[in-house]
Amino acid sequence: MSSQTVRSNLMALPAVAWLFLFMVVPCLIILAYAFLTRGLYGGIEYTPTAENFQRVIDPLYAKIFLTSVRIAGLATLLAILIAYPAAYAICLSPKRTQPLLLFFAVLPFWSNYLIRTYAWIVLLNREGLINNLLRWFGYEGEPLALLYREGAVITGLVYNYLPFVILAIYSSLSRLNGELIEASRDLGAGRVRTFFRVTLPLTMPGVAAGGVFVFVLSIGNFVTPALLGGGRFQMIGNLVYDQFLTANDWPFGAALGMVLIAIMIGLLLLQARASARFCGEKQEAANG
Amino acid sequence: MADALRTKLTGRAILVLVFSFLYLPIAVLVLLSFNASGLPTTWSGFSLRWYVSLANNSDILHAAWNTLVVAIFATLIATVLGTMLAIGMETRKRRSTALEALAFAPMVIPDIVLAVALLTLFSRLNVTMGLSTIVISHVIFDLAFVCSVVRARLKNFDFSIVEASRDLGASSFTTFWRITFPVLLPAIIAGALLAFTLSVDEFIIAFFTSGAGRSSITLPMQIYSMIRFGVTPEINALATIVMGVSAAALLLSQWLNKEQMTR
Repeated sequence: MSSQTVRSNLMALPAVAWLFLFMVVPCLIILAYAFLTRGLYGGIEYTPTAENFQRVIDPLYAKIFLTSVRIAGLATLLAILIAYPAAYAICLSPKRTQPLLLFFAVLPFWSNYLIRTYAWIVLLNREGLINNLLRWFGYEGEPLALLYREGAVITGLVYNYLPFVILAIYSSLSRLNGELIEASRDLGAGRVRTFFRVTLPLTMPGVAAGGVFVFVLSIGNFVTPALLGGGRFQMIGNLVYDQFLTANDWPFGAALGMVLIAIMIGLLLLQARASARFCGEKQEAANG
Repeated sequence: MADALRTKLTGRAILVLVFSFLYLPIAVLVLLSFNASGLPTTWSGFSLRWYVSLANNSDILHAAWNTLVVAIFATLIATVLGTMLAIGMETRKRRSTALEALAFAPMVIPDIVLAVALLTLFSRLNVTMGLSTIVISHVIFDLAFVCSVVRARLKNFDFSIVEASRDLGASSFTTFWRITFPVLLPAIIAGALLAFTLSVDEFIIAFFTSGAGRSSITLPMQIYSMIRFGVTPEINALATIVMGVSAAALLLSQWLNKEQMTR
């Protein structure tokens, strides 16, 4: 090894050691836990078993699993449908104001997640702002039960993760070669056709990056279902929480955690492969 | 021409709608925090009473103090480690996929998984959990974010000035403190500010690694229990302060990053 390599490695060492000790090792421990048996009084017994993973596909839990996938999937779809036009509109703004717009689009994302979720309780509550506004406009029926519904959970997830999707799609859109769009228009394709045949396919990497992010974070979320779903909508995140803090079945909780990690890694690999293939095609197009 | 105008107006309309969606819920909270009645039902006049009662709530002050302690220590450690990691990664001759994955993982791993994994680790080691275990845990994701901010700066860094300094006889120690560090400083501070806000706002991992009892409760944990078990109007005032602090830190961080880019 050259002395430069040694120096670089030494610089990285403290952080690598920290991440190894406090992230990699704990994850390996729960990976091991996932294959052990739950003890009689909540501890663990060192009897290897695959039972924890079999329980994941047990109908009872499979239902929670499907609910999670549905909620996370709908949140992802909605977030993309809102973020795309928003990112597009930012791209159409004057070059000088774009960074500012982008900054303010992302700012809420860095502020407190709990508070942003709580804001929706204030809005959706029976005595909340939306019901009050309705009454003010002359609505006289029963206050609408907006909170503690699947829609409330999905709204909360979309609201919280939207900024990141805008950012991801914007970075794809802003790198788009405008000449390609002009060429398509010059060759007689309409606006709609140009969008679906040129713009959208070329910005798919951004859409995928944003989508994977929302989906992964939503499916493992436990705060939003607990607060906006009122505990009526169990998601995988809530299930993990319960196994560790109330049911005291750590091996099963660990297995569920591993399922979340597997979903995350699977989607990230898929996304990486998709954008690599995409870049390859672009290269070919440029060369040919 | 009409086409261009229509596009422009549609763009504006979309921006207004999306920004309203992003900011109206927050604006409602801020407004409510100054409402004397504290209820969204009626506006009964401007008042600071919820801020006053916040200042007299010892639970919240205690939690705020804990949060500050955790965030400061986690930020200090993460800034040093994250900056070193960034320099180590950017000065390597070849990219290491393992290193890239390790530095990226804390930003994408579901926080509930990291939280239960850390809980398992600490209880296996029989560590008494408290503020120190929260600090240890927060450093994990804080350092990843500091690293990514500093790396972005290093990508535009002209390493030939480091070589020049070495050729002119400066030791690598002197070169680092006189050349590399000053150039990186704005990015390091920007990264530290980001880490600080992330740590102040982090709930799930702190919740799992704070141990039993109320002694090491942090502000987000306090907010969570306030939301779950009886909302008091005080929470609007608290939310306004917390978001104000985050926004200020982020604006500063952004400004520092921009300063250095244009320089």
